Amino acid sequence: MIRLTDVRKAFNQGRHNEFWALKGIDLRLAAGAVTVFRGPSGSGKTTLLTMVGALARPTSGRVHLEERDISAMPERFLTEIRRSTFGFVFQNFNLIKGLSVVENVMIPAYPVGLPHGRLKARAMDLLERLEMADKAEARAEWLSGGEAQRAAIARALINDPRVLIADEPTANLDSERSAQFLSIVAGLKRDGRTLLMTSHDPMVAEAAVVDRVVSLRDGRQVEAR
Amino acid sequence: MTAGWISRQRHLLDFALSSLGRRRGKNLGLLAVYTLVVFVLASVMLFSHAIRHEARLVLKDSPEVVVQKLVAGRHDLIPAGHLEAIRGVRGVRAAEGRLWGYLFDPAAAANYTLMVPRDQPPAPGTALIGSGVAAVRDAAPGDTLSFRAHDGQLVQFTVAGTLERDSALVSADLFLVSEADFRRLFGVPEGRFTDIVASVRNPREIRTVAEKIDAALPDTRIILRDEILRTYDSVFDWREGMLLVLLSGAILAFGIFAWEKASGLSAEERREIGILKAVGWETSDVIRLKTLEGMVISLTAFLAGYVLGYLHVFHFGAPLFEPVLKGWAVLYPDFRLTPFVDELQVATLFFFTVFPYTVATVVPIWRAATVDPDQVMR
Repeated sequence: MIRLTDVRKAFNQGRHNEFWALKGIDLRLAAGAVTVFRGPSGSGKTTLLTMVGALARPTSGRVHLEERDISAMPERFLTEIRRSTFGFVFQNFNLIKGLSVVENVMIPAYPVGLPHGRLKARAMDLLERLEMADKAEARAEWLSGGEAQRAAIARALINDPRVLIADEPTANLDSERSAQFLSIVAGLKRDGRTLLMTSHDPMVAEAAVVDRVVSLRDGRQVEAR
Repeated sequence: MTAGWISRQRHLLDFALSSLGRRRGKNLGLLAVYTLVVFVLASVMLFSHAIRHEARLVLKDSPEVVVQKLVAGRHDLIPAGHLEAIRGVRGVRAAEGRLWGYLFDPAAAANYTLMVPRDQPPAPGTALIGSGVAAVRDAAPGDTLSFRAHDGQLVQFTVAGTLERDSALVSADLFLVSEADFRRLFGVPEGRFTDIVASVRNPREIRTVAEKIDAALPDTRIILRDEILRTYDSVFDWREGMLLVLLSGAILAFGIFAWEKASGLSAEERREIGILKAVGWETSDVIRLKTLEGMVISLTAFLAGYVLGYLHVFHFGAPLFEPVLKGWAVLYPDFRLTPFVDELQVATLFFFTVFPYTVATVVPIWRAATVDPDQVMR
């Protein structure tokens, strides 16, 4: 479903502090599978996710989403692809403070232009499935780590994306909450979604639901399970 | 226009309002200062426009040509003989002498304008008074008012009625008397007038006729209605300008405040823009959102400021600027301007208050909105 060919990414290119975060990644990611990117800090895991999730373009190399080359598309098309294909759960969840949980969940769908009633019903349905319905009207900053993560997952799913991308999803959670997250992942996999995650956490990499682990070091792929 | 487009705009507006609500303190402060600036500017503009409009209304019926006699460069009484000379000038339709002057009333410490009206003058011993005179002297029809004449004798007037005019501007301090009473009060001899007014057959020939009168009567000066209008305009322009200069400090302070608020996006706002872009908002959606936020602030401030300015000027008599803009008269106890709103004036005010703010908001937002969406992942 997603194919990366010799993907390289440089930051501050041409300046004295030029840094190559990815140094030639070739990878095929299957639809409907759960893939974990593992590696130490600075290994390029998150940068790789931003390339795959159309948040950024590679400096060189190609990223194909099915048969479409998305690595050189203009920002407008990338936005459309991002909105319709990918859902993101960020490391620190990035919920917008001051807004209620349900408003946060609805935000990615605002540019789509669904009628407000239908959109809210869909958001409530997602919160229900993630056992967050009772927190729908709570403000984002009042949530615990686990609740904030589930709100972020609901937000990532509001546009019904085929691929869910999660950056260090268990970094801020205790073991019980991490297990709960993995069970949510299992449910999403059963729905037929593709899941891509970065994680340091052995609990995630070794979980039964994970189909594949890709290890990175210094911007290169070192092994795959 | 599709239903989806409408829903999208509604979501954006909802989100813009909730964003403003989340930074309530900051935005309310901005709104208050912004409204105050619009209020002040609107008050000055409405007031000076209305008073100019009023002056035009008044002068519409004033004589086309006024002839005054000068002695040593000072205005003097004009002999009736000049009337014939003016009537003899080709192009003059009619000419007549006027009697008017000012009377200081020590009881009210105010000056009245005494006049002998051309049509239907009051009977000797009676007077028609303006609303201002009636108010300061607490006079009603039937009351008697007495004044000391030029020779120290008392002259009494019975109030025959009060004046109701379209514009209170000129009628407030008027005191209309008969010709005999006027001459008696001021000691103006028969055969002399304060000045002479003339009307001209062809309005396009006013200037030529004025030149002919000037040539025929070298001891006079000629005042044209157009010149009076121009003088009024420049007097009000000058006053308005002076007030605006005084207020420019406040306006500048607002400019700096608005610029700081609009251009200095907080780290929190930048983070929010990054999140919105990462979850699938286009740069144009973010710009539209922030523009809506700016428009809500600026339109609210504009409407509130304008309405407050309108009420201030037309319902409360512009107490804040009255002394500067209204100027020389002491006798306007109950003066109300006729509400007068000029579209061009509204558009000008709108352009100078809403447009700069919107531009100041959009430019930095555009810069922030074009940041890479992957920043939130870093």
